[in-house]
Amino acid sequence: MFKWLLRVLRALCLGALLGFSALHAQTAAEIGLGLALESAEIARYSITVFPDGRNLPPGQGSVLQGAQLYQEKCAVCHGAKGIEGPAARLVGSGGFFSWRDPLRPLRIAKYPLLVLSVGASWPYATTLFDYIRRAMPRQAPKTLSDDEVYALTAYLLQRNGLVDADAVMDQQLLPQVVMPGLARTVNAWPPS
Amino acid sequence: MSRAHVPAPAAQALAPLPRRAFLGTAIAWGAGSVAASARGGEPLAARLPDAMTTPGGADLPYGQPSVQERKVVRHEHQDAGFSVWRSPLENQRGIITPSGLHFAVHHSGVPDIAESGHALMIHGLVTQALRFDLERLKRYPMVSRIHFLECAGNSAANALSPFALNQTLGELAGEVSCSEWTGVPLSYLLQEAGVKDSARWVVAEGADAASHTRSLPLDALLKDAMVALYQNGERLRPSQGYPMRLFMPGWEGNVNVKWLHRLEVTDAPAYSKDESGLYTQALADGRIERFAFPMDVKSVITHPSGLQTLPDPKGFFEIAGLAWSGHGRIARVDVSVDGGASWVTAKLHDPVLDRAFTRFTLPWRWQGRKATLMSRATDEHGRVQPLRSEWKRRYAMHSFNHYNAVQSWRVGTDGRVENAYV
Repeated sequence: MFKWLLRVLRALCLGALLGFSALHAQTAAEIGLGLALESAEIARYSITVFPDGRNLPPGQGSVLQGAQLYQEKCAVCHGAKGIEGPAARLVGSGGFFSWRDPLRPLRIAKYPLLVLSVGASWPYATTLFDYIRRAMPRQAPKTLSDDEVYALTAYLLQRNGLVDADAVMDQQLLPQVVMPGLARTVNAWPPS
Repeated sequence: MSRAHVPAPAAQALAPLPRRAFLGTAIAWGAGSVAASARGGEPLAARLPDAMTTPGGADLPYGQPSVQERKVVRHEHQDAGFSVWRSPLENQRGIITPSGLHFAVHHSGVPDIAESGHALMIHGLVTQALRFDLERLKRYPMVSRIHFLECAGNSAANALSPFALNQTLGELAGEVSCSEWTGVPLSYLLQEAGVKDSARWVVAEGADAASHTRSLPLDALLKDAMVALYQNGERLRPSQGYPMRLFMPGWEGNVNVKWLHRLEVTDAPAYSKDESGLYTQALADGRIERFAFPMDVKSVITHPSGLQTLPDPKGFFEIAGLAWSGHGRIARVDVSVDGGASWVTAKLHDPVLDRAFTRFTLPWRWQGRKATLMSRATDEHGRVQPLRSEWKRRYAMHSFNHYNAVQSWRVGTDGRVENAYV
């Protein structure tokens, strides 16, 4: 009788142990607390534009329109020509401060972020559209229309000598612009 | 620089102080106290400090440091439109940075985000796009790990300035801190969403004004990343990404996306603004290096360091510092007091953790003469900190990211400590 009771108790304990180990062995996929993400919600938030032009929205903007918008919305931080700062440098290819400037190292030490411009270092033109649309103008990000973002993108590419003064940018043309930064790019990942 | 690579004992300069010297001082002080207490019938309060004779004040719901420590704060620096807050490493001991002193860089300010309404979205090359609100996310198994976090641009001043700026360690190199981070391994969430075979990268995006975004390799995230919810036992602070941030141990700060709200699984990187411009390195040969994620092996002497003054009387001083590597554990730290002519291996204090601050110390008897203090760390993979000249040869003159060269401090005969290039 007593032995029988012990056997039952032992079986119960084993069962409890098995139950716990089953919980511990449960894979993440089985936790399953994530909720289905609706496609409308993805569409609402998914703004990343890829180098091949994926996810660029419809719309268009000209260099001329961009020039006017730039002076209204951007020049206060990036300078009238896109090289003066104080915010990051947008135009130029060889370094912000002249190589003949004797105070160049000091100026660079003061404004290190201004050294390499969009035209000098960015490998893909699509990044301009992506960043202006998500982050600019700084005090009112995400307030520009897609057409306005295309126009500003066109203007900055023109200021960097990468498209003509009569260029109009849209989702077909933008990924085709060849940026000097691409040829200079070396990716450290994956590590060699 | 062969002179830097053969550690040799500098016996006299670094001889440990005999234990007896301390004991002798303590006994003398104790004898004096006994003599004072022998005086007559005055009340105790007359001869004791105010704190021992007056009831103390109230405590606070959330504790604060002593008001005496009010100068121990982060240093703020503004550059090109965003602010940088640097940790006062020279005031800290141990390896954990208090959360309120943790360095921070915000590209577009600190957003005020409530838990309710905020969620992590995972979509793109997955079988089932998923959404995790905070209530559900907090039910997943969590891990806690102690890791450093360092801005890619930490120590930029030493990288760029043609002369050594006379600043504190915090001002020069305070864009690094170390915390216990607690959160949900990202692999649990990615596996639940079901990553497709063509997936290679993940674009991580924050819910701040500029929607800060970085592209990260999927394999590395599956191995190491967590969605961090807690720092040093409390929920993340707003400047560290409340209510959640991505955490990748050992990788440059800005990829640890704060205010994380979206992960898009993709076949290729997006070349976002920061991987195209700011967090890239111009190499000496003109090429631009991108996606250099891990921070390399580095160390700094915290005591004594810039703008500190060695105490009078001369004699014993403990050189102390911090070492870390984005590739693993610290294996050794060598210290020189003579500008690199000779090196002695410092003591590493437990715990020596993977991709975390490691505290090192070395006893030093200062004779009142000029000295140049340096520390050089080596990690478990044999990576060694370069000298400044070696680092500068690899990068363009105007490059400033991933600076990990040996930090030197010059001690004057008056005991004052200054930043120095060696």
